Amino acid sequence: MNVPERWLRAFCNPRISGEEIAEKLTMAGLEVESYAAPGAQFAGVVVGEVLSVEKHPGADKLTVCKVSDGSRTYSVVCGAPNVRKGMKAPLARIGSVLPGLSIKKTNIRGAESEGMLCSAKELGLSDDHSGLLELEGAVGSDARQALGLDEKVFTLKLTPNRADALCVLGVAREVSAITGSSLVLAKMEPIQAKSEAKHPVRITSPEGCGRFAGRVIRNVNAAAPTPPWMKARLERAGQRSISALVDVTNYVMLELGRPLHVYDVAKLKGPVDVRWGRAGEKVLLLNGQTVEVDASVLCITDDSGVIGLAGIMGGESTKAETTTKDVLIESAFFFPEAIQGRARRYNFSSDASHRFERGVDPQNNVDGIEYATKLILEICGGEPGPTQDLVARLPERRPVAMRVARAQKVIGVPIAAEEMAGVFKKLHFPFAAKNNVFEVRPPSYRFDIQIEEDLIEEVARLHGFERIAALPPKAAAIMLPAPEGRRGAHELRERLAAAGYREVVNFSFVEPAWEADFAGEANPIRLLNPIHAGQSVMRTSLLGSLVANIRYNHARKVPRVRVFELARVYLRDASAEEGPLAVRGLRQPLRIAAAAFGPASEEEWDQAEKGKPADFYDLKGDLEALVAPLAARFESAAHPALHPGRAARVSVNGRDAGWIGELHPRWLAKYEMPLAPVLFELDVEAISGTPLPAPVAPSKYPPVVRDIAIALPQTVPVQAVLDAISAEKPDIVRQVRLFDVYTGRGDGKGLPKGSKSLAFRVVMQHTERTLTDAEADAAREALVALLGRKFSATLRT
Amino acid sequence: MQDLDGIVAKALADFAASADPASLENAKARYLGKSGELNAFRPSSGTPEERKAAGAAFNAAKQKIEQALEARRGALADAKLNERLAAEALDVTLPGRGRGSGGLHPVIRTWQRIEAIWRSIGFDVADGPEIETDWYNFTALNNPENHPARSMQDTFYVDLKDEQGLPLLLRTHTSPMQVRYARMHAEKLRQKAEWAAIKVIAPGRTYRVDSDATHSPMFHQVEGLWIDEDISFADLKGTYTEFLRRFFEIDDLEVRFRPSFFPFTEPSAEIDMMFKSGTLKGRWLEISGSGQVHPTVVRNFGLDPEKYIGFAFGSGLERLTMLRYGIEDLRLFFDDDLRFLEQFS
Repeated sequence: MNVPERWLRAFCNPRISGEEIAEKLTMAGLEVESYAAPGAQFAGVVVGEVLSVEKHPGADKLTVCKVSDGSRTYSVVCGAPNVRKGMKAPLARIGSVLPGLSIKKTNIRGAESEGMLCSAKELGLSDDHSGLLELEGAVGSDARQALGLDEKVFTLKLTPNRADALCVLGVAREVSAITGSSLVLAKMEPIQAKSEAKHPVRITSPEGCGRFAGRVIRNVNAAAPTPPWMKARLERAGQRSISALVDVTNYVMLELGRPLHVYDVAKLKGPVDVRWGRAGEKVLLLNGQTVEVDASVLCITDDSGVIGLAGIMGGESTKAETTTKDVLIESAFFFPEAIQGRARRYNFSSDASHRFERGVDPQNNVDGIEYATKLILEICGGEPGPTQDLVARLPERRPVAMRVARAQKVIGVPIAAEEMAGVFKKLHFPFAAKNNVFEVRPPSYRFDIQIEEDLIEEVARLHGFERIAALPPKAAAIMLPAPEGRRGAHELRERLAAAGYREVVNFSFVEPAWEADFAGEANPIRLLNPIHAGQSVMRTSLLGSLVANIRYNHARKVPRVRVFELARVYLRDASAEEGPLAVRGLRQPLRIAAAAFGPASEEEWDQAEKGKPADFYDLKGDLEALVAPLAARFESAAHPALHPGRAARVSVNGRDAGWIGELHPRWLAKYEMPLAPVLFELDVEAISGTPLPAPVAPSKYPPVVRDIAIALPQTVPVQAVLDAISAEKPDIVRQVRLFDVYTGRGDGKGLPKGSKSLAFRVVMQHTERTLTDAEADAAREALVALLGRKFSATLRT
Repeated sequence: MQDLDGIVAKALADFAASADPASLENAKARYLGKSGELNAFRPSSGTPEERKAAGAAFNAAKQKIEQALEARRGALADAKLNERLAAEALDVTLPGRGRGSGGLHPVIRTWQRIEAIWRSIGFDVADGPEIETDWYNFTALNNPENHPARSMQDTFYVDLKDEQGLPLLLRTHTSPMQVRYARMHAEKLRQKAEWAAIKVIAPGRTYRVDSDATHSPMFHQVEGLWIDEDISFADLKGTYTEFLRRFFEIDDLEVRFRPSFFPFTEPSAEIDMMFKSGTLKGRWLEISGSGQVHPTVVRNFGLDPEKYIGFAFGSGLERLTMLRYGIEDLRLFFDDDLRFLEQFS
């Protein structure tokens, strides 16, 4: 909403500066985004008078003009077709500044030019470059002033509850309430009818249209030009001038907040009726859009069918044009609920729908008609008929009660009842006070005053938020629970960060191809209205995003990438029930994923394995450190994103927890990566519960250590060996640690082909006495026998 | 024939001249060995008095030589050690070995700090669904279907429907967590038939159909809710102001509350803050929406708004992070460029 300052001050003129008004409005909840003169950026331009026009000696389309600024005469080369002797136009003299241009003395094809005569476009006012902008005003005076551009405009960012402030009068009411300066209301004198001309109107659907005031004016000159003062005001308020009749309706809307519509009576077929639409009915709107209505859309109709969308936009078939003789002015009240959301459904919005959705005063219909009649008669002439005011049903406005004590409690400071009364007076809210309860009758234009809190807000607002004390927090000292058996997401983050990983935050919506490639998900949850196709599905895995992070950074020559993300994924699940923290039909678990790409270690100066890329085991070590003290188990399995021979399903506490592996070579090619990253993704919940430590005292007796090296088929996974040992080991075996893996040289020497050698260090200890060598040897023998039995393992010596 | 003193002097000179342990031990043998020069002076004849006197002189000389030997041994060992230490010296300015440093994303860092501040006055932290129902995101928050206030937020919808047949959506703010948490809280208390204040913050991801230099379609908010029998707008002012001062670690931060409109609060306030120094000095910066929770919403919590009142706020984590660290471009948070992120270690 743009409110030109002089227009505002015509209604309420406090003796404070525009800046102060802006500040006060903002602090009263009507945010002033800017207080400035309208856009055009030019300076030093004056009203010039063209004294003579001569043909340019060297160019057919140019002229050389003598132009006066009142004190001096300038020779100016001009190319405008409309330049003529005696006209007044903007003169930019040497040193003047235009948008993107500063004026210098020039020579144009042999003729000297001491300045420039300007079009509207050259001043940055509009796109009109057809000729010089004609000005009125004293020769030599500042062109900004002559154009009314010195007037500053308040640009308000209004909240949806304050429909009443969508007009100059409404903002003036607010200024009056905050400053105490009186509101000047011009009395709207009814304009006497000059004829009996009427057009029949019916309201079939009073639940949609509560009131319809109409008036016919005959014999208007619809082609009459809009007077400059009105044009200027409209333009400053951000409304382009269109034609006299349309300009009048816009003017009344901007001033009084009263949308109007003008019909060409000759084009109406029978009575105008306001009713709900019928399925299949269509109407061509003034914006050129044809829309189909249904029973939820309130329509203006006549015998021909729908001729407009009530409260939204008129139709093409009955619009008033410059050739129109007789007009019908509509000034209706439509219930907000009957208008809300409809324009949006057709993908547009209009000044009228914006206002009717929020609430238009149902008591100023006739004022609007009278005001419009007055303006039309002044501009277009004509003979008005009588104003018909059809009232079907007006919104019920019940009085609202506000308890002084409740207001004080909610606001938190003891504002006196007298001050509250003062607030309602300033707002022109009629009220009665009894037993410390105010009973307020909200004015018809304040749709936002419905309940006690609405009044409390008015009191707080006009008392001034800045005057309300800021009380420091007070709270009962209640200790928060500190569950030791659970760790939060932040702790997991800190662990990966400490392990050298950098946290990233990726969008939750991704490219469908990532889902297919990195999660094997052909049917992820889709956005119905994505911004673009690359962000159109909800990810079911974090892996695709991490691959994208690697590619982005690799492209920027970052040689070593360690990234992780902790976020939700979104999984369709028809069996998922509604819950306090769950939505039916899907699950949204938290995941933590990490990726390593490039050298295993940071570039170093003395490293033996310089540049060795991070591999499966590097990442696995990081994963194990992340989940510790929980132990993860790994089982070879296939995953669409991962190398089939270098991928594992991870489980924790017997429960599937996620995946780890090297990116599948096929994606390296498709996603243009020079070397394979290794990645893991785990379910956060699965690794969040940690057992309380249950320690035992260390044995006082010395440990005995024995090594075992065995050869066994390469296909036996180490985990199987460790599992067998842990299931059947003798009691005194405390710890078995793998310390060497050897797969031979492939020539069958030393190790048979297809075999591998594993070496374990076995630590044995008794809790109550020192072990003998014989006991230790026996336990070692037992383990060797076990492995021989289970895996055909042979002892290597 | 030399005397004892002469031998001692000679021994001392020989020891000093020994440059390594081997020659020192040879020298030792020459003086202290079985056939060493000193042995010739071992007293063996004369009267007991004479032998006693000669024995004392002999012992004194031997002790001198032994002391000198020990001292020289020590000196040679020290020299050897020093030589080794010198050889082992490192260039301590060479970079240390390491796996590189990681770190948290700046927005998450802000998230953690916010949690710590609110926890310090007893606020719980809650988290919940990002794909939400229309009811939790809008209706429960007093923002019914078709209401113009809905167009304040452009909503992403997904291809799933709720029980009413309305499409599920990506939450446009963290406010649905107000409702979810408060309902859980109210239910728990109903079972125990007692009252405890609701104090919770809910940080998390939020989404709106908006993408330009100053808007990201995904961003983070933190919701705050404090409901009790007497939590007023004045408490909101004091508590949130205190939070901002702790967050920015600046005591003379100016904070102003400006009337605004949100369907789920009334009175509603936009919170602006102003630094008194630094590059942003003197400018009002919008930081948060807030207000007293609307009675309709309190009812939707399952509580009686006559008995329970309080405030809620919602602040943008990116905004707070940008102001805290002087970041000017929102998009840096989501490019995930390591060269940017590495600066937060």
